[in-house]
Amino acid sequence: MSIRQGFLALLSEQPMHGYQLRQEFERRTGGAWPLNIGQAYTTLARLQRDGLVEPVADGTEGSPEQFRLTGTGAVQAEAWWVTSVGREKPGRDELAIKLALAVTVPGVDVTAVVRRQRDETLRALRALTKQKRGLDPAADLAHSLVLESQVFAAEAEARWLDHVEASVAAYGPARAGTAGSDTTTNQPTGALTKEMTR
Amino acid sequence: MNVPLEMKGVTQVHGRGANEVHALRGIDLTVREGELVAVMGPSGSGKSSLLNVAGGLDTPTSGSVHVAGTDIARRGARERAAVRRRDVGFVFQDLNLVPALTALENVALPLELDGMRPGAARGDAEAALAEVGLLEAADRFPEDLSGGQQQRVAIARALVGPRRLVLADEPTGALDSVTGDAVIRLLRARVDAGAAGLLVTHDARYAAWADRTVHLRDGLVEGGGPGSDGAGLDESGELQGADA
Repeated sequence: MSIRQGFLALLSEQPMHGYQLRQEFERRTGGAWPLNIGQAYTTLARLQRDGLVEPVADGTEGSPEQFRLTGTGAVQAEAWWVTSVGREKPGRDELAIKLALAVTVPGVDVTAVVRRQRDETLRALRALTKQKRGLDPAADLAHSLVLESQVFAAEAEARWLDHVEASVAAYGPARAGTAGSDTTTNQPTGALTKEMTR
Repeated sequence: MNVPLEMKGVTQVHGRGANEVHALRGIDLTVREGELVAVMGPSGSGKSSLLNVAGGLDTPTSGSVHVAGTDIARRGARERAAVRRRDVGFVFQDLNLVPALTALENVALPLELDGMRPGAARGDAEAALAEVGLLEAADRFPEDLSGGQQQRVAIARALVGPRRLVLADEPTGALDSVTGDAVIRLLRARVDAGAAGLLVTHDARYAAWADRTVHLRDGLVEGGGPGSDGAGLDESGELQGADA
């Protein structure tokens, strides 16, 4: 879906060849979602089948075809900017599923699972930040924004994991050796817990 | 060259008897030149105590705190103040600058307090402002600077002249995300240029700019008991000791 819409958006600028579309799509998204040339041509073929793009007759034999938007394609390209990306049905999230099962399957040390995961998430956050350090947002805004989308997602995940740890401490089954009556274990324990009293 | 900050076995106890609070319970932490260390931890974990002791604003109950080679834990208030002026810079969340002084005068202030001639102090201050890209704002007063510019001036002042250690307490806390990013990027650049930085933050996104992160809990570095070495995860995620 995003590739289809991305191609329509690119073609709203000017007619392009398939290889150009692939190149521009990758360049503008900072190479975060590489396309192979097959995917590019398959997408173009479907757009053509659906009546959204058409080949440009350039009169020369043997040169690769350029494509442009049809009237319907132009309308759909424009519509993308005025509709929001649907978020009501997120895809399956392995981590959410894993933790849901961790709190329901007996004998799992949920806190250990959460802490291990947070280490991994923070590791990913550091790696993304390292990439970001090498980028000047003024010079490459598109790439920066794609990278920051991943940075913010990692940060949100780390905060959610803090929340999971605190929730398990408050409502979850008591872990071996920790009595539920011990109120000190019921405080938010995550390393990222916001300071509410600041 | 002396290590900018080396803390060993630092404890800090407030109050006595039933009211005794152990703010720090045996912290070992080293920050070298070119190194930015983030400190995270829940409220009450000892982050502020750690920063205050590291900067000589407060004395530990036991342990040593070497700032550029001088153990400030063993010095009186006046000597600590002298070390602070000469070797340490602070950046807080807000209220960093003296409102009645220009940006340049703010940056020159610690040098002049330390007895440097005004002309020389002004020269060093200009150089420090240039390093944070704010030389053109030298004659402006804090109220005429944006929040991000004020933090940049504060970073310039923290590292003016011979000072090599910057202690930053939530320096991005009052800033929007774009300005906060610019400030943390500047702090990182100044550290890359040879300064040493200790950054207290509750924000994982900013801690990720550090070379390693120390997680505090109940006055201890998480994952280590009293006397642990302040180990944290470095960029590659490998566990490493502060003294590795």
